[in-house]
Amino acid sequence: MKAQASVKEKAAARTGADLLVEALVEAGVDTLFGYPGGAVLPIYDAIYRADGSFDHVLPRHEQGAIHAAEGYARVAKRPGVVIGTSGPGATNLVTGIADAMMDSIPLVIFTGQVAKGVIGTDAFQESDIMGITTPITKHNYQVQEIEELPRIVKEAFHIASTGRPGPVVVDIPKDISSMVHEQKVSSDFHLPGYQPTINPNPLQINKLHEALRTSKKPVVLAGSGVIHAEASEELKQFVQNYQLPVTTTLLGLGAYPGSDELALGMAGMHGTYAANMALYECDLLINIGSRFDDRLTGNLDHFAPSATVAHIDIDPAEIGKNIPTDIPIVSDAKAALVSLNDKEAFSLEHLEWMECIRNNKAEYPLWHDQPEEAIVPQWLMQKVYEYTGGEAIVTTDVGQHQMWAAQYYHFDRPNRWVTSGGLGTMGYGFPAAIGAQLAEPTSTCIAVVGDGGFQMTLQELSVLQERRIPVKIIIVNNQALGMVRQWQEKFYQERYSESIIDTQPDFVKLAESYQIPGYYIDSQETLEASLPEILSNDQPAVIDCRVLQKENVYPMIAPGKGLHEMIGVKR
Amino acid sequence: MKRIVTAIVHNRSGVLNRVTGLLSKRQFNIESISVGRTETEGVSKMTFVVEVEDNRKLEQLTKQLNKQIDVLKVSDITDKAIVARELAMVKVISNPQIRSEIQGIIEPFRAAIIDVSKESITVQVTGKSDKVDALIDLLRPYGIKELARTGLTAFTRGHQPQVTEFKPYSLLK
Repeated sequence: MKAQASVKEKAAARTGADLLVEALVEAGVDTLFGYPGGAVLPIYDAIYRADGSFDHVLPRHEQGAIHAAEGYARVAKRPGVVIGTSGPGATNLVTGIADAMMDSIPLVIFTGQVAKGVIGTDAFQESDIMGITTPITKHNYQVQEIEELPRIVKEAFHIASTGRPGPVVVDIPKDISSMVHEQKVSSDFHLPGYQPTINPNPLQINKLHEALRTSKKPVVLAGSGVIHAEASEELKQFVQNYQLPVTTTLLGLGAYPGSDELALGMAGMHGTYAANMALYECDLLINIGSRFDDRLTGNLDHFAPSATVAHIDIDPAEIGKNIPTDIPIVSDAKAALVSLNDKEAFSLEHLEWMECIRNNKAEYPLWHDQPEEAIVPQWLMQKVYEYTGGEAIVTTDVGQHQMWAAQYYHFDRPNRWVTSGGLGTMGYGFPAAIGAQLAEPTSTCIAVVGDGGFQMTLQELSVLQERRIPVKIIIVNNQALGMVRQWQEKFYQERYSESIIDTQPDFVKLAESYQIPGYYIDSQETLEASLPEILSNDQPAVIDCRVLQKENVYPMIAPGKGLHEMIGVKR
Repeated sequence: MKRIVTAIVHNRSGVLNRVTGLLSKRQFNIESISVGRTETEGVSKMTFVVEVEDNRKLEQLTKQLNKQIDVLKVSDITDKAIVARELAMVKVISNPQIRSEIQGIIEPFRAAIIDVSKESITVQVTGKSDKVDALIDLLRPYGIKELARTGLTAFTRGHQPQVTEFKPYSLLK
C-alpha cells in the first residue's frame, strides 16, 4: 500500500514504465515472473522504484518464468504475469505462450522491444514478436503511443482472463517505456469485437434436459472448462441429481472428485476401460468444457457413434470442430450448469447402464506388475497419493510419468493438477511447480517429472535455493524418454532410436550443489522408509527415484484406433 | 465449394496478418482477398473468396474469424442477393492494326482502354469474376504481357428478396 502511494506521488513526471507499473498494481498483480535485459531496463527500473509492490521471481531462463506463471495462474485462478526482454528474451517465451494457448491458461506477457524508430532495421536484439506470437496468443499488442499503454494493459488482463482464457502479449518499445509523460491518461476501453457469450440459450438447455429424460445411457465428460469456470460444485450437484457417470479429460482431472463412486477416471488414449467404453456406448454424451482433443477421442469414426452429443463450451469455435454436435450450448460452464440445476430433476431409468459401468470398473481396473524390490512408476504414484492424502498440488511434464500421475493420483478438488496437456511440453512440470507453490505457499507441491524433461529446465533449482520454497521434485527416472521408448517398442519393432539416455548427472549431487536436499531411492523399502518424511517437511527436495525402464503405460488406444479397441486392458 | 466471406475489421496494424495467418494455420485456401476502408472511420472490410470442403469447415472458418478481437463481424454472403465486382487490368500486345479489333472485342464487356503504347494496350475491365475471366480468355490469343486482378469485393444488395425470388450468385461458371 505504501509503495502504491509512492508511485502516485511521482505522477507529475512518469515514464511509460511507471504507467505500466501503476496499471499492474491496479490490475491487482502482486507476483511477476521475469528476466531483465536491455529493452526492459526502463521497466525494471520502475519495478525497482516501486519498491516492494511486487514479488518478482527471477528464473534462470525465460522459459522457466513463463511455465512458472502458468502454474501460478492455474492454482491462483488469476492471470500469471511475465516480463521478458526483446529478441531472445521474447523468443525464449514462445514455448510457454503456445502451451498456455493450447491449455487456455490466462497469462499477460510483457516483452520489451527495440525503440520504435529502429523497428524493422534488424536492430540488436530485435525480433518480430508480434508476427511470431500472433498465431499462439489470444491477442497481442504492440504499444505505439504512450497514451495507449494503460488502456492496453487493462484490455490485456480483461481478454486474458474472461471468456475462454488465454495468453495475451504486450510488446513495449523501449522509447515508450522510457518516455516521460505528464498528462493524465485514461484506461477506459471498449471492445466491440470481443463479447464472450456467458449465459446459455434457454431453448438449448431445455433440449438437453429433455434429451436426458429419454436417455438410457448417459455420460458426462468434464473438461478443464469446468475448472476455469469454477463450476465443480454445480457439476457435482448436476451429476448427483441424475446419478450420472462422469469421466474427465486429462486437463479436467479434479473437476469432479476422482475418488467418487460415479467417477470413471480419465478417458482417452490412456484412460480407463470403464471411461472409454462409456464414451463408446453411451446414447447421450454431455461434454462440459472439453474440446474433443484427438488424444481423447481416438479415431473419430468410433467416437460415441450412437450418442446424441451435447456440448457446452464458452468458445463457439470448439462446438462442432471435431465432433458433430446435436445440442450446442455456447456458455460459461457454471452458467449452463446453474440453468440445468434450476430445472426439475427426475430419476433416470438407467439401472442397466450403471450396472454395466460398475462391472467395467470392477472387472477392468488399472493394473500393473509388482516386482519384489524394484519400483514400478505406477506403485510410486500410488504411494505419493497415499502419503499426501490426495491433497497435494501435482505438476508434470509430458509422457509416461504424466499418464501414471493422471491415472493413479485421484484429484478430489480442482486446481490441484497442473500439467501440459495440449502442447505436451517437456520441462514444464518443475517451473510450473514453482509458480503453483508461490500461489499456495502452504500446500504440498510435487513436481512429478521425467529424467528427460527435468534436464530441460533444471536450472530453476536456483529459484528453490534462493527462496527455500518446499517444492518436491520427484524424478521418475527410467533413464529413457519413456513414452518415445514405449512407442518405439510397440510401433517401431523395438528400434530404440535416441530414446535410451543412460548418461545422466548425479541428481543428488546436483541438488546438493544448489544446497537442496537430494535423495536417491531405488527400492520399495527405501521409498517407504523415507518418502513420507521428505514429502511432509518444509524443505525443497530432489528425489531421484529409479524405476523399471521397461514399464509401459496401459491401457492404451493405439494411434488411429477407436475407443473400443484398447490394448493392455488386462494383465 | 467456393464461398464469399466478408469480415468487418478494426483497421489496426497487423490485422491482415492476423486474418490471413489464421486462415493458413487452419489450412483454408484463399482464392482472393481484397481489403479497403469503409464508410466508418477506423473500420475496414475484407472480402475473401475461399475454397472449403464442406459446411463444417465453413462454419469453422467463420467462427475462427469471429474469435479474433479485431474482427467485428463475419458474414458468408454467398447465398444472399449480392453485388460482387472485381477489377482487372490486362496489358495486351498490339500494334495499330489490331487495336481496333481489340476495341471491338472489349466493347460488349464495357471495358476501357486506359493506356496505349507502341507495342501494347492496357484494358481495364470491371465485373463479376466470370465476366473478367471471359474477357481474359478472348484477349489471350493476342498475347497477354501482364495481368493484374484486384480480387472480388462484395456486399449484400439493399433489398433481400424472398428465397424463392432469386438465383444465388454463382462463383462457378
